[in-house]
Amino acid sequence: MATAITVEGLAKRYRLGQYRAAYGTLRDSLALATRRLARGEHEHHEDPELWALKDVSFEVAEGDVVGIIGRNGAGKSTLLKILTRITTPTTGRAEIRGRVGSLLEVGTGFHPELTGRENIFLNGSILGMKRREIATKLDEIVDFAGVEKFIDTPVKRYSSGMYVRLAFSVAAHLEPEILLVDEVLAVGDSEFQRRCLGRMEDIGASGRTVLFVSHNMQAMTRLCDRVILLDGGQVVEDGESSAVVARYLQSGLGTGSTRRWDRESGPGDDLARLRSVRIVDEHGRQIDAADVRQRVGIEVAFTVLRLGEPIFPKLKVLDRHGAVAFNVMDTDQRWRTPATPGDYVSTAWIPANLLNEGLTSVDVSICSIGTPKLHPHAAERSAVAFHVQDPGLGDSSRGEYSGQWTGAVRPLLDWTVERA
Amino acid sequence: MAAGAEQLSERSAQPPESSRVTVIRPSSRWPRLDVSELWHYRELLGTFVWRDIKVRYKQSAIGVAWAVLVPVFTAAVYIVILGRFAKLPRATLPYPILVFSGLLPMQYFTSSLTGSSMSIVAGVNLVTKVYFPRVLLPLGAVIVPIVDFVFGFIVLLVLMGWYGTWPGGPVIVLAPLFLAVAFITALGIGLFLSAVNVRYRDVPYAIPVFVQVLPFLSGVLFDVNHIREKWQWILAFNPMTAVITGWRWALLNGPTPNLARTALGFAVALVLFLGGLAFFRSTEPRFADTL
Repeated sequence: MATAITVEGLAKRYRLGQYRAAYGTLRDSLALATRRLARGEHEHHEDPELWALKDVSFEVAEGDVVGIIGRNGAGKSTLLKILTRITTPTTGRAEIRGRVGSLLEVGTGFHPELTGRENIFLNGSILGMKRREIATKLDEIVDFAGVEKFIDTPVKRYSSGMYVRLAFSVAAHLEPEILLVDEVLAVGDSEFQRRCLGRMEDIGASGRTVLFVSHNMQAMTRLCDRVILLDGGQVVEDGESSAVVARYLQSGLGTGSTRRWDRESGPGDDLARLRSVRIVDEHGRQIDAADVRQRVGIEVAFTVLRLGEPIFPKLKVLDRHGAVAFNVMDTDQRWRTPATPGDYVSTAWIPANLLNEGLTSVDVSICSIGTPKLHPHAAERSAVAFHVQDPGLGDSSRGEYSGQWTGAVRPLLDWTVERA
Repeated sequence: MAAGAEQLSERSAQPPESSRVTVIRPSSRWPRLDVSELWHYRELLGTFVWRDIKVRYKQSAIGVAWAVLVPVFTAAVYIVILGRFAKLPRATLPYPILVFSGLLPMQYFTSSLTGSSMSIVAGVNLVTKVYFPRVLLPLGAVIVPIVDFVFGFIVLLVLMGWYGTWPGGPVIVLAPLFLAVAFITALGIGLFLSAVNVRYRDVPYAIPVFVQVLPFLSGVLFDVNHIREKWQWILAFNPMTAVITGWRWALLNGPTPNLARTALGFAVALVLFLGGLAFFRSTEPRFADTL
């Protein structure tokens, strides 16, 4: 079969200095240059580098549906950004044969002041559709999104659910020969996500080539024939999807919503050892994604091996940017005294409407109080990760607004209103 | 027949574009402009322009009226204050016509320049999420203000009728040429500044200063032929001087511009355009990483 995508030795270097001070003012740059001049430093200061991708090579045959997985920072998004030509590689080359459609986000370029209809044309042509093509598909798009009544209303008056549905609907009607997709399924309510998955399946079944980046392992095994696992910017595994996904989840590379260790090999010392960490819903079922309006449990199972100093489970919850949202320890009375050896399961319940949307990861440890710092006996960074999602029904703290919402947390607060 | 064939090829398993091979490689050291690619993306350029025009007139209550009111009020202020109190060189054209005809290309130029300089940063959501030739953003931003220019031009026609100032003959065909020079100058500087703005967000502060001084250096408020020759040469380095003088000459039968000084202005415009384009193209591959 013909090759649709050829990637040969692709690498991408970011200069961290440039990255950190992504933009500054001219004054800062001038000040820096002056300081260097004054100190007589003539040599070029090499900024620290980061290779987001290193020598990545693979081929995708026409009609294949290939998934790309890996933990945050493994290079998945960089790879996709290079293949979609948003950024250029530092070395290497890639060749794509056929009309490319890329989807790194739904609703790219949507303008709040424009109506639904106008935005369909705007977004469609940004995604590479011809006006005529959009016009013929208009009814289908509107139908799929279910926004007939509001099609001539500015999208700023849409509920966030409607907005996302319309945005996805345009994207879903893109008919390229090669589709590059990033994590678009992490939007909308579960019903809508199911429809999106269905649509992706149709696209795959129709013989188009799809390259698909996601954290959703279920979707991966369901949609893809083949999965490429990236870590540290390199291809570490490439093969049949369920095998690669399984290896990924066991390898500890994964930021899946569950982690399990053998009794002997789990992280820990002679006092305590981790057995498993899971993200669960209120009924104790394991979940990958949590509705922002429901509480989420982080279940830590561990073994106390001997009687020692008092220990307790501790969690560090990080938001989608990797910033610490909060630290928390199990304050149950039981942990005030040394625990008797045995197996324990401790579940921390994160209240509904606390975390912001996006991929949330959790560092897990079993600690004792040392001086001056906590002493970790068993610790695992990024033990688990899960998506916090807002179905966009208007009853969360963002109300009807669907745009960017910053902050590590987004609690729903009580407001008192008085007419002054 | 042709239409039928096109439809057929679209439906078949091998649409014409499947032969399209996209090669991705490290950005080349030497910037070049891929004109065939720009042609391929012409519809998107149209969409950007259409969006900006639509949004602009949709958000304001009196919409199009602003396109007329802004130049009229600005001109009125200049005419009343400068025409009455400042000792400006005498001009052959009636002062209101002189000012208004100068102000139109000037306002086109400044809004194009401002718009295009901001275009890449304003389009951050697009630039970091989808590929298209980035040139489309500043290019679209210098096309959008043409709409305002057209409305202002209608007012100018009315003024011309009122004062009985008419074109002197066939030279009127040169009028669009001078506007085209304003276009490429604005685009050139806009390309340069939009690329600079990605890295240094000083640009939005610098532009208003520049824009306020510019009318005084371009002969908007006076006839450059009536100032000392030394100054005329200095102002000639500003392409907008050549644009405004030439435009008045072609459209209003104003004084004939000096050929050498006009050529100088055009040459500067060309240099700005090519320089701006080269700078833009060479920094373009890093936009998405820096933004």
